[in-house]
Amino acid sequence: MDLALFERKSEFEWCIKPFGKMRVPGVIFASEILMREMDAKVYEQVTNVAMLPGIVNASWAMPDAHWGYGFPIGGVAAFDADAGGVVSAGGVGFDISCGVRTLHTGLRIEDIDRVKMRLADALYHTIPAGMGSTGTIRLDTAEMDKMLRGGARWAVEHGFGTAADLERIEEGGCMRGADPSQVSEQAKKRQRDEMGTLGSGNHYLEIQRVTDVYAPEIAAAFGVKAGDIVVSIHCGSRGLGHQIGTEFLKRMVIAAPGYGIALPDRELACAPIDSPLGQDYLGAMSAAINCALANRQILTHLTRQVFSAVLPQARLPLLYDVSHNTCKVEEHKVDGRLKKLYVHRKGATRAFGPGHPDLPHELKNAGQPVLIGGSMGTSSYILAGTEQGMQRAFGSACHGAGRAMSRHQALRNWNGSRVVDDLEGHGILIRSPSMRGVAEEAPGAYKDVSEVVDAADHAGLARKVARVVPLICIKG
Amino acid sequence: MVATARWEHFPHDADVGVRGLGATLAEAFEQAALALTAVITDLATVAPKEMIRLSCETPDAELLLVDWLNMLIYEMATRNMLFSRFEVHLEGNHLTAQAWGEALETARHRPAVEVKGATYTALKVAQQPDGGWLAQCIVDV
Repeated sequence: MDLALFERKSEFEWCIKPFGKMRVPGVIFASEILMREMDAKVYEQVTNVAMLPGIVNASWAMPDAHWGYGFPIGGVAAFDADAGGVVSAGGVGFDISCGVRTLHTGLRIEDIDRVKMRLADALYHTIPAGMGSTGTIRLDTAEMDKMLRGGARWAVEHGFGTAADLERIEEGGCMRGADPSQVSEQAKKRQRDEMGTLGSGNHYLEIQRVTDVYAPEIAAAFGVKAGDIVVSIHCGSRGLGHQIGTEFLKRMVIAAPGYGIALPDRELACAPIDSPLGQDYLGAMSAAINCALANRQILTHLTRQVFSAVLPQARLPLLYDVSHNTCKVEEHKVDGRLKKLYVHRKGATRAFGPGHPDLPHELKNAGQPVLIGGSMGTSSYILAGTEQGMQRAFGSACHGAGRAMSRHQALRNWNGSRVVDDLEGHGILIRSPSMRGVAEEAPGAYKDVSEVVDAADHAGLARKVARVVPLICIKG
Repeated sequence: MVATARWEHFPHDADVGVRGLGATLAEAFEQAALALTAVITDLATVAPKEMIRLSCETPDAELLLVDWLNMLIYEMATRNMLFSRFEVHLEGNHLTAQAWGEALETARHRPAVEVKGATYTALKVAQQPDGGWLAQCIVDV
């Protein structure tokens, strides 16, 4: 990207002064290296988002930002209903509430080494992954609606996990305001066979080892120490979320002119928060968040079943569960006053600082765990929300490594089987139904996650706590 | 002279672009649908055994392309099928189509990804200087 387009506010903060129809500045948090490598489309998309009605403070992009659709992936924007603010289906995306959760195991590397192959095969056998894979749970209409209202709480009531899990999920595992009546029959039909499935693309389940701890006090509060084995699950709201995204994007594209909204890009499809369409979307999107939370809860249950068969001494309490693609109603300080805002995070993680009322008691002083997934051969990171981050981008941080190249290019550069062999040589077992899928997700196709995480830390968005590396990866 | 009908993929940072080219708009839509299946699997592995009928209508041709692809994504997801042959008929912005395919078999089709939805990004439906038609957009995977 051409750095001359930006005013450099600090080492890790790059500002686009408002011009044309921009209502607020655009701000990208990144290192100079990340900025130089970033797609020029991010500049265009950050600028476009800044034109939307009712946007507050700035249109932000996180250090892992890349070319998305409408919003950049890694885009954050908050809207004020009282100022004509909007809710955007494009600003949330198709995979509503796609996210990551991390589970402790209480195990060490020597426990895993003995059974690694068996554990990988058992997980691959038990966790439905890839296109066309189905779960074992079928929900009738009434039960589907209960799931959409209850989220992970519904799942726990049905025996998938424990009440203790719920405290370690955003919103206590149940998003308020979910309205199943706004979720179409098509969306529900698309979900029928997909409860408790991982999906495909960049979704995964990994067994990981903690290699480094950078902030011992926070790590202690998170229950994480060097050498620990943890499990991370990355997936979202499956077909239901995709269908809701598809349907509301279209409705909002068609309705926008009627609301007097000139869209700089059709993918930014939005409606006023207070409009019937805006409210319908918020009800449906909240239901999709619950679907994602229930889905990750069921996958957690399946993972625990595998561990109880292979490593019965393991206990797998939840460290935390974060969502990436959401619009949430939150209170933030604007000009010194608390204000109710609709915060869109598209490929960005909520990162609440210490003392925030949404945090469970044991994490109150440490801040919210922020779980950053890397690519399958490299590191992932655990960060913590900070007080400074609450001011920076309304408590938001990056969400992953971000792709460095297209799937197209990745396919030309790598062969899936060779990637699997290479990684096995480095002690990482990959299990996937598709070698082409593995090639498209090759580690080299992603940016250096360490650079992204360091930039988030230096920019004050979230604090680096620990690094983990994969041992086993189940890839959809 | 109008080039023969064909499809291709074009790059996007996180996702992938599908592009159909044809002598007519309908043909470009058919080719874009082939490009969609090719995101998931090798087209040659999908036998056109079963036929389904589809229709949709939108305010303009670009929205129609997105609707058409989203309809196919929905049918693939809910029928657990892949499609490899398409016939599209257009009257204004009203589309009727037939799609032929077969049930997804993971071991044989080895699907690389599932497609979540067709987007309005890099969306273009236009007549080319050679008189042929182009229909393209990014699909989210």
